[in-house]
Amino acid sequence: MENRLFHVEQALAVRDHFDLKPTFRYGPNMNSDFDLIVVGGGHAGCEAAAVAARMGVSTALVSFTKDSIGAMSCNPAIGGLGKGHLVREVDAFDGLIGRAADAAAIHYRMLNLSKGAAVQGPRVQADRKLYKAAIQRMLDAQDNLTIVEGEVASLIFDGQTVSGINLADESQITASAVILATGTFLNGKLFRGEETVAGGRTGEASAVSLGQQIRDANLPIARLKTGTPPRIDGRTIDWAALAEQPSDDDGWTMSPLSSRRDVPQIFCAVSRTSSATHDIIRNNLHRSPLFSGAIDAQGPRYCPSIEDKIHRFADRDSHQVFLEPEGLDTNLVYPNGISTSLPADVQEAFVRTMDGLSKADIIVPGYAVEYDHIDPRALDRSLKVRDLDGLYCAGQINGTTGYEEAAAQGLIAGMGAACAIQGKAVPELDRGTSYMAVMIDDLVLQGVTEPYRMLTARAEYRLRLRADNATTRLGTIAQDIGCLSAERERWFDARQSQRAAVIDQLQVVHSCEAIAGQGIDVRRDGTKQSLFEWLRFPNISIASLEGLGISCVDIDSGLLAEVEEDARYAPYLQRQEAELKDLRANEQIRLSDDLDYAAIAGLSNEMVERLKGARPETLAAASRVRGITPAALAAILVHARRREVKNLAA
Amino acid sequence: MSIADTIFALSSGQPPAAIGIIRISGPKASNALRALSGSMPDERRASLARLTDPESGDLLDNALILWFPGPNSATGEDLAEIHCHGGRAVVRALETALENMDGLRCAEPGEFTRRAFTYGRMDLAEAEGLSDLLFAETELQRRSAIQAAGGGLSRKVEDWQNNILRLSAMVEAELDFSDEDDVTPAQLEVMQSAAAELATEMKNMLDRPRGEKLREGVRVVLGGPPNSGKSTLLNALVEREAAIVSSIAGTTRDVIEVPIAIQGIPFLFIDTAGVRDEGAEQIESIGIDRARQQFDVADLILWLGPEGEGPPDSNLVEIASRWDHPEYQPKSSCSLSVSPLAGAGMDELVTLIVDRAKEIVPRGDEISVNKRQADHLGKAQASLDQISGSQDYLIIAEQLRLARSALDALTGRASTEDMLDSLFGKFCIGK
Repeated sequence: MENRLFHVEQALAVRDHFDLKPTFRYGPNMNSDFDLIVVGGGHAGCEAAAVAARMGVSTALVSFTKDSIGAMSCNPAIGGLGKGHLVREVDAFDGLIGRAADAAAIHYRMLNLSKGAAVQGPRVQADRKLYKAAIQRMLDAQDNLTIVEGEVASLIFDGQTVSGINLADESQITASAVILATGTFLNGKLFRGEETVAGGRTGEASAVSLGQQIRDANLPIARLKTGTPPRIDGRTIDWAALAEQPSDDDGWTMSPLSSRRDVPQIFCAVSRTSSATHDIIRNNLHRSPLFSGAIDAQGPRYCPSIEDKIHRFADRDSHQVFLEPEGLDTNLVYPNGISTSLPADVQEAFVRTMDGLSKADIIVPGYAVEYDHIDPRALDRSLKVRDLDGLYCAGQINGTTGYEEAAAQGLIAGMGAACAIQGKAVPELDRGTSYMAVMIDDLVLQGVTEPYRMLTARAEYRLRLRADNATTRLGTIAQDIGCLSAERERWFDARQSQRAAVIDQLQVVHSCEAIAGQGIDVRRDGTKQSLFEWLRFPNISIASLEGLGISCVDIDSGLLAEVEEDARYAPYLQRQEAELKDLRANEQIRLSDDLDYAAIAGLSNEMVERLKGARPETLAAASRVRGITPAALAAILVHARRREVKNLAA
Repeated sequence: MSIADTIFALSSGQPPAAIGIIRISGPKASNALRALSGSMPDERRASLARLTDPESGDLLDNALILWFPGPNSATGEDLAEIHCHGGRAVVRALETALENMDGLRCAEPGEFTRRAFTYGRMDLAEAEGLSDLLFAETELQRRSAIQAAGGGLSRKVEDWQNNILRLSAMVEAELDFSDEDDVTPAQLEVMQSAAAELATEMKNMLDRPRGEKLREGVRVVLGGPPNSGKSTLLNALVEREAAIVSSIAGTTRDVIEVPIAIQGIPFLFIDTAGVRDEGAEQIESIGIDRARQQFDVADLILWLGPEGEGPPDSNLVEIASRWDHPEYQPKSSCSLSVSPLAGAGMDELVTLIVDRAKEIVPRGDEISVNKRQADHLGKAQASLDQISGSQDYLIIAEQLRLARSALDALTGRASTEDMLDSLFGKFCIGK
C-alpha cells in the first residue's frame, strides 16, 4: 500500500510537469458548413474525426460536453488479445488510441507471452484522466478539426441523403456526410436489481430523440445488453493479502511512436470469489433483472455477469477477479470479473466475501445496460448505411463492445467518408490483411447476436495478422490514402528500408556446418539454405547469426522479432497465401446490392433469408454467409452473370 | 491456365453413345477444324465431313461439323463442334488428334462455362435454365454424397467435424482466454492423442474400397507384348467382338475399354496396345504409352507376356494364354493357364477376377467414399497427423482449421461461429 501511494504522488508530479489540461477550439460560426460531422466523442468518434481531418477533410466533432471527449466509460484498460491487434492497426494509420494509451498507461502487460507472436496481445491499464487529456490534446492539435459542444436533436435529410444535423438549441450544422458514433446512447436503459433508469452511462442523458428518428428511418434496430462491475474504494482493499501482478518490465509500448513510458507504473492484484460469495449470489438470483425477466436482450457470452457464471457453471467453487486501479489520483478500483446487475445491497454483501475485500466499500455499484443498436448488416464495408447517402455508423451503435473495436470502426468510417468526400477509392482491406477487415466483414455480413468483441479465433489468417507486424501490413495503404502525419511517414519510410535491408541480408545461403560453427545446435545433414530459412528453427535468432556477417546493430529489436516470426511460420504463411489468392479472385466478382435471391433457382428459403439480410458485396462475401454451400454459390454466380449480360444488352 | 489457349472436350456424356459431341473453343478452333476436315464449313450449318488424322492421314470418322465464329457463339470465342460416332475408340482418336495439335489442350472442368462468363455469353448458352441445370448437377453430387450408405458418410463426417470443433475450442480457449482465468488449461497430450485417433479413423475410411468403383467398374487391364493374345482373351471374356482381332502384331493401337457386369459386379476390361519397346511406329507408341498409364491405375492386371516381364505390381496375375496355340509357353504353378478359343480354364479365371473384385468394391453395408471425398478426407487426415509433432498451439490451431475446412469442402461449410459456439458452450470464460 505504501508503495502504491508513492507511485500516485510521483504520477501527480508527472502530470503537473506536462501540464495536461485540455484546451478547445470552437468553430467561429455554429451554422458554418463542414465536409463531415462526427456525432459522439467516444473512441469511435474521435478516431473518425481525427482520420478525416488528417486526410484534409474539414470536420466537426459534436459532443454533449467537451469534457467527456475521450472518456473511458467502462474498464480503464486498452488492448488485450485481438484487441491489442486492433490498437496496433489503428495506430498504423496514425490513429489516436495507441499513443493515448501510452500517455496514460500505468500498467503494461503482454498477454500470451509464452505463445507465438500471432496471439500475443499488448494490454495496458490506463489512467482515465491522462487518457482523456491525451486524446483531447491530440484533437486540439489537429488541423481541419473543430469541436462543437451540443446535443444532437436530429439528422437533416434531403430525400435519402443526410445533409447535416439539428442541435437541441435549434441551430443547424450542414455537411455532406455524418458519422453517428453515439455509443449506447440510443434508448439506453440501466438495470440494477429492481431499479431501472433511462440513460446511457450513469449520470448522462440518453439520446432518445435521435434514436426515435433512426427507428423512423426504417433502419433495422435490435437490442443488446452489457454490464459493468461495482467500483471499489481502493483504500478499503487489503492489498497486502493479495497476489500482486506487476507491470511488464521490458519497455514495449502500444504505439511504436511512443519512445518510452512516461507514466509511473503500478501493480494490479488478483482476488477470488469463495463459496460464500456464490451462496449469496445464488440466493439472490431472483432479484437480478437478468433472471427476473426484466432484461431479455442478449448479453456477451465471453463477458458474462457473475450471476450468469455462477448459474451456468455451478460446479466451480471460485472465480478469479483482477483488481485494476482506475488511475493514479483516484481511489476507484475496477474488479474485473464481477460484472453484475444485482441490487446494491447484494453487491456489497458478496464483494465482502472475496479475498482481501472483507472491509471493501463500493463507491459506484455495478449495473446492466440494455440499449438499441443498428443491425450492422444494413451497412456497407465503409460502414455507410447502404440505403441512405452520407450517413455512417461506427462503434457500439453497430452492436460491438470495447474501446478498440469502436476505435477501429471509427477509423474505417472516417476514412470511408473522407474518401467519398474526396472522390478517392476506399482502400481495400480484407480478412487476409487486418483484424479491422475481419471485424467489418463479420459485422456487415453476419450481423450480431451478442455484443461483438474481437478474438484472435475470429481471424482465420491469424498467423499473418500479428500485433507486431501491423505497420508492415497496413503502413503502405495508410500512406497511399494520405492519413499519415509527416512524423509518422518519416518513421515508416525509415522502418521499411531497415526491414528491406534485414531481409536482404538474410537471403545469403549457408550450410549446416556454417550454422553449427556459430555454436548453434543443428543436425549436420548437409542442408544448405538461406539464413531466412534457417530462422525457421526455434533455437536460431537473427542475433545468433551475427558471426555470419549479419549486422543488426542500430536496428529496432521489434523489427528483428517481426522478421524472425515471419521466418518461423513461413511455410504456413505460404499455404495461406494460396488460400488468399482464391479468396481474392472471388472478391473481384461483385454482386449487385439488389440481387433478388428469391428468384435464384435452387436456393433454400433459409439461404435466401440469410443472403437478403447480408446482401454480400462480392461472391467471396457470399461464400462466408452461414450455411451457403458451394452449389448455392455456383447458382448465385450464374444468376448474377446472366443478369449482368441482360442489363448490358438492355 | 491461360485464356489464350484453345480448349477442347467431349461435351456429351461418356461413350459409348450414339453420338459424341466434341467442342473446340478459342483462337485456334478454325485451324483445328480445317486440319481435321481439310476445309472450313459454312457458318452455323451442319456439314458432313471426312475427318482424318492430320499427321498420318488415317480416316478417323465421318462426322457432322459445325462452325460458330466468335463472338456469336456459346462461349463468345471461335467455336467448333464435331458430332462424331459415339464409340470410345472414335472419340479417343479424335481427342488424341486434337491434343497433338499445337496450342490446343483439354478443357478443365467448367472451363467452357467460365469462358462464357468472361465473354458475357451466359444468356445465349443453349439451355435457358442453365443455372437450374448447373444446380441440379451439383445438388445431385451433394445428394449422392449424403445418400451414399444411407447418409452414413455425412453422419460420420459430422461426427468428425464435431470432434475437431471440440479440439479447436480447447486450443482457442488456450489462445484467447488463458490469461482470463477460468479456463482449464488444455492438455497438450490429450489433444494430440485425440487428433491422432481422429486421423486413424479417417485413414481407415480411406483404406476402404472406393465408392466410384461401383459406378466406374473394377479396372481389369490385359497386358503383354503384341500378339500375345490379349484381344482374343478379352473377346472370350466379354463374349462379343469388342476388340479388333488380327494376327498382325500391333493391331490394337489404342486402348479399348469394355464395361461388363459379372455376377453383379461392374467391370471395365481394358485391352492395351501391345507393350513393345522397339519397332513401334509413332501412333502405336502413343498407344503403348497409354498402356503403361493403364497399368498404373489398374485394379487387376492380367499379364499374358513372358513370365516376370510385366510391370512390377502386386495386382498382377500371370496368365499362360493360348494353351492350345503352337507358341504356348507354360508358366510356373501359381499362374493360370487358359485357352480362350476352346474355353479351357476360363471358369477359373472368371472366379479369380470376381474374388479379387470383391475386395475392391465396397460392401453394400458399409460407408464408402468416392475419389472427391477421399481427396478432402485425405487433406483433413494429413493436417490432423501433423498435430502430434507440434508443441505450438498456434500451429495446432492452424492444422485444426485446415482439417475443418477440408471437411467443410466435403459436406458444406461450418463457420468460425460454430467453433465459437463450441468454445463458449464448454468453458466458463470472461471477466
